[in-house]
Amino acid sequence: MPARPGAPDLLHPSAREAAAPPAPAAPAPGRTARRSAPSASALHLLAGLALAVSLVASVRIGTTDVSYADVVRTAGFHLGLDVEPLPRLVDSLIWELRVPRVVMAALVGASLAVCGAALQAITRNALADPYLLGISSGASTGAVAVVVLGLGSASLGVTGGAFVGAMVSFGLLMLLLRKGGLDSVRVVLTGVVVSQLFTALTSLVLMASGDSEAIRAITQWLLGSMAPARWDTTAVTAAVTAVGLLVLWLNSAALDGFSFGTDTASSLGVDVRTTRWVLLIVTSLMTAVAVASVGAIGFVGLIVPHGVRFLVGPRHRTLLPLSALVGAVFLVWTDALARVAFAPQEVPVGVFTALLGVPLFLLVLRKRGEL
Amino acid sequence: MRITAEGLAWSVAGKSVLAGVDLDIAPGETVGLIGPNGSGKSTLLRCLAGLRTPTSGSVAYDKEPIRLWSARRTARHVAFVEQAADTDSDLRVEDVVTLGRTPFGDRWRGFSARDRAVVAAALARLGLTELRERPWKALSGGERQRAHIARALAQQPYAILLDEPTNHLDVKHQLELLGLLAATDQTVLVALHDLSLAARYCDRLLLLHGGRLVAEGPPRDVLTPRLLAEVFEVDAVTGPDPLGHLAVAYRGVAAPPATGDAVAPATEDPVVLASPRSATDHPTPELVDSPTPKET
Repeated sequence: MPARPGAPDLLHPSAREAAAPPAPAAPAPGRTARRSAPSASALHLLAGLALAVSLVASVRIGTTDVSYADVVRTAGFHLGLDVEPLPRLVDSLIWELRVPRVVMAALVGASLAVCGAALQAITRNALADPYLLGISSGASTGAVAVVVLGLGSASLGVTGGAFVGAMVSFGLLMLLLRKGGLDSVRVVLTGVVVSQLFTALTSLVLMASGDSEAIRAITQWLLGSMAPARWDTTAVTAAVTAVGLLVLWLNSAALDGFSFGTDTASSLGVDVRTTRWVLLIVTSLMTAVAVASVGAIGFVGLIVPHGVRFLVGPRHRTLLPLSALVGAVFLVWTDALARVAFAPQEVPVGVFTALLGVPLFLLVLRKRGEL
Repeated sequence: MRITAEGLAWSVAGKSVLAGVDLDIAPGETVGLIGPNGSGKSTLLRCLAGLRTPTSGSVAYDKEPIRLWSARRTARHVAFVEQAADTDSDLRVEDVVTLGRTPFGDRWRGFSARDRAVVAAALARLGLTELRERPWKALSGGERQRAHIARALAQQPYAILLDEPTNHLDVKHQLELLGLLAATDQTVLVALHDLSLAARYCDRLLLLHGGRLVAEGPPRDVLTPRLLAEVFEVDAVTGPDPLGHLAVAYRGVAAPPATGDAVAPATEDPVVLASPRSATDHPTPELVDSPTPKET
């Protein structure tokens, strides 16, 4: 601990300008050995490969099985390669329904997992998930308003209505939060209030005026289902998810800084207020788009970040990309399961994320010695 | 780096926590901030570290007011060690120390080899190299405190502000830490509860009472029985310890000013004090060999 006299002092401000990092005397210096055998980059590579394989493999799975050859042929044809197209019906099944659905599952899984990780950091609450802020409840109210009450034009549809609802709840949240600090308890409580309000409104509309057909359709959506995914919604989700992931990833250091609370974060040079606003807005928009497209799929945003933290630790620069990949793989396979488990009856994927998520989550907690 | 404050005041919910604090800390000085619980030490440190915007008055680093500085710019000048900052997160010691590189990090590229070298040096300085893989939850209170201090040093700060850094540290680590702070030529302002330690390691002491700076100067001028009775409400004597360092010994709690005649009634200006009994009865007490008499 005593300063070594004569040795160049790296901890002194005068060392900031020195040209090359001098080799410190500490043993094994500068090596950021990860906590266990697999390194973070190896895990990224592995998860990336797993996602690629999952995307291709899961396209085959569904009420109608298709072969790899068909998948490759369809993809080749639509990517402009010189291949013989499949019959119209099979081609549109694969290209218009199956492929966008699988891609959407990957995007939504990534989006929810990363939003969950970010919200857990900024609220310093291990239970935070993307639905904490009430965005999904707003989306539900919007969807119900369109489907049951017939508000808005027919062109709006469930997705449009849900997005409008999500934006209304988001606006309300920002309105309630606009004054005062965004301390975590306040954010969480405000989110709960907004969430409860819109949940009540949804129930009110459903109970007051829903016929059973409409209620069944909306329940399917409320529990989360990939079935409505098409290329147009998938493209919007892809754009928002890509931008959102990048913004969150660029804020990794700030998210790390929040670990010890706002004063320490601020003393580390994190602009706490601005960062919180940016992160709240980005996660809200990502959630809004995901929920509007495929409904409120639960549990992914909660369990995936915790599971990934268990593997690579809580540093967000590694945690966020890996959570995105794992979330994507998880939802792609869960949706594949949802397609075939009770075929031809399709079960909302949200049911399976919870059914699979609960035991996985318990396993992680157990391994961490918290249960 | 010189830290100055003029007319610093901070209040919360209409309650004044700091009022009219003027101070000037010279580059390289090691200054101790002392005062009873609730005297405003933590708030003063936060104002000086740019974490609280003063309700009035100003803080300046090298004569430059920091009010409009970005958090990042401030963090490149001053490191702040909060009291007992804790986390639920499963960070390892090395991760915590790496947080100190945040103000120098690049959003796109993250941390460089240089950052890692600085982190390794900070770990070594606090004797944490062996513990660098250990998760936060598995650390003792003292190890956590040392990790925070290593993190502050990794900021390569011009000045370090610390709030009760010796809490949770055993005697050896207290001495090591304060020795380290006193030896560095960075500016140090450290809030301390142990007055004898403060006297031994600080060039100068600032005494806060009720949000006001009531005394400042070399330890022997600040740690007088009168001021200790007035501010800390203790009946104390000061003098050299067996090694010749200025030390404070306590007879007990001072009688409350309203009822006892041991301490004169508090006046509006706390610096102007009536002479308490202890000051006259024990002009130059020798602490050697004689255990502190206890009042019964």
